[in-house]
Amino acid sequence: MKTIAGILIIGLLSACASQTTQPDVEDRSTGADSGYGADGSALDSGGTGFHPLNDPNSILSQRSVFYDFDSYTVNHDYRPMVIAHAQYLRDNPNAQVILQGNTDERGSREYNLALGQRRADGVKNIMTLSGARESQIEAVSLGEEKPRAYGSNESAWSENRRTDILYRGE
Amino acid sequence: MSTHSRTQFYCLLTVLLWLVCTPLHARLNIEIFGGGTERIPIAIVPFADENRLQQRVTDVVAADLQRSGLFRLIDPTGLSPYAPAEVVYSDWTNRGASALVIGRTILMPGGQVEIQFRLMDVAKQAQLTGLATVVPITQLRAAAHRIADIIYEALTGEVGVFSTRIAYVLKQGNKYALQIADSDGYNEHSIIEYTEPIISPTWSPDGSQIAYVSFENKKPVVYVQTIATRQRKAVANFAGSNSAPAWSPDGKTLAVVLSLHGGSQIYLINADGSGLRRLTRSSGIDTEPNFSPDGRHIIFTSDRGGSPQIYRIPVSATESTTAERLTFEGNYNVSPDFSHDGKSFAFIHRHQGRFTVAVQDIATRQVQILTNSQFDESPSFAPNGRMILHATEIGGRGILSAVSRDGQTRQHLSVQTGDIREPAWGPLLKQK
Repeated sequence: MKTIAGILIIGLLSACASQTTQPDVEDRSTGADSGYGADGSALDSGGTGFHPLNDPNSILSQRSVFYDFDSYTVNHDYRPMVIAHAQYLRDNPNAQVILQGNTDERGSREYNLALGQRRADGVKNIMTLSGARESQIEAVSLGEEKPRAYGSNESAWSENRRTDILYRGE
Repeated sequence: MSTHSRTQFYCLLTVLLWLVCTPLHARLNIEIFGGGTERIPIAIVPFADENRLQQRVTDVVAADLQRSGLFRLIDPTGLSPYAPAEVVYSDWTNRGASALVIGRTILMPGGQVEIQFRLMDVAKQAQLTGLATVVPITQLRAAAHRIADIIYEALTGEVGVFSTRIAYVLKQGNKYALQIADSDGYNEHSIIEYTEPIISPTWSPDGSQIAYVSFENKKPVVYVQTIATRQRKAVANFAGSNSAPAWSPDGKTLAVVLSLHGGSQIYLINADGSGLRRLTRSSGIDTEPNFSPDGRHIIFTSDRGGSPQIYRIPVSATESTTAERLTFEGNYNVSPDFSHDGKSFAFIHRHQGRFTVAVQDIATRQVQILTNSQFDESPSFAPNGRMILHATEIGGRGILSAVSRDGQTRQHLSVQTGDIREPAWGPLLKQK
């Protein structure tokens, strides 16, 4: 009948969460960009057999920007990739992307929701400054509510501090 | 002594209230404040014939009082007075009890129970307060919470909150439920369930509605739902993200956070979704608004200074108004919640890598850290300011915890399977 059990604990409890290490962190090659096949079948195939967005040798196959804790700065490591996507959008006016900002689980859910928005907005700004059109980009936040990696450890957290670039139709 | 009257109303019915010689805020000869380390020794004698009921009233009363951290239960074994004439006060003095609760239950026709209870001052050998009430047999827990509130108020001079309710989000697998329960976690039930996240529930000041954020439309939208009818309305569903609802004390206005005009900024909107106007104007994140009890100010989280800190702004702010920064210790202070008297606020403070519950006094800016947890979130003051309910994590699972304002007492609420988070303590409701 009652699924909630109230347990009285007198005195100050040191309620330490156990820090389990979880090896089952998702591989970055799966996840947000798993919506299309490795052969790029969802999009037109070029002469190489790969669509440029899916060619593993193309920078456009990289779709995620990762962040430091509580930061929305796009590190220099990711700028060439973001700019490459912006140039692709510039050259393909019909292409559209959704930028999904995500955060790790630590801290306030509402602040993380706003932080995820800032991350997505930050990527959008770089893209529009690099030739993409405003109308091609929608920046949204999932906050900490849709983690890609589970677990309370830095490996999972760094995996979840992320903006994903998703092309519509993939 | 008591008048028996049948009632068909599905509510508590007070038949007779007798107070003898003492005002409502009568105190025993004990001082419990000043650290909260001294607890009132109280003996609660099982009421006559309550073993015949499906729920022993005194079990609930005792659990409530013990959970508050202000009482020490004295074992009544071997003594069973039910009326004042049957009390041998020296027995209770010998056991160290300062207060004594006695009473009886009487099964009545039509599924009703009459409960009579008296609170006795052992030193004065006199009754402090008492109550006789007739309730449906399904409402025994509610009646017991009310008795606990009466005892608490008589002995501490503070309002009891055992009859209040809490709201929280339960996550089981990929399902999310917004649930309501009594303050002790019983009588829980879902008011809405989804396969997409629900966050930030908050009670309307009259306790009839809850505002919350749902991701059911693939983005955050603010809804207001009436609890009794389950009717709901999207009150903030603008382009971009809509989140962090907070009620004004008069229930007429909601503060919400929108990314409508870029960034995350605080707006005010009428509770019916009309009359949107912008409150904050920063280039950073402004979120987690919370009204002061007098309705004149909003405290909120902002990273306008480079790290998330708590700020205060008048509700009447214009474009030229500057928000006042309130927190200065550390570089991560979020999720502010005003106390009932507006003199302090609870918040989450990152300290040595831990996210802990802290309280700051508005006037002196003195900060007290109350917990030593790893991942505390969402502090919510009890409506009497005595406890702070918050989310935390133990063994990788989300649970609720309540810590006393002085940090001395804690209590945990957990579920068998699943995580609970995003707690909100409901308001005090006026007795009908």
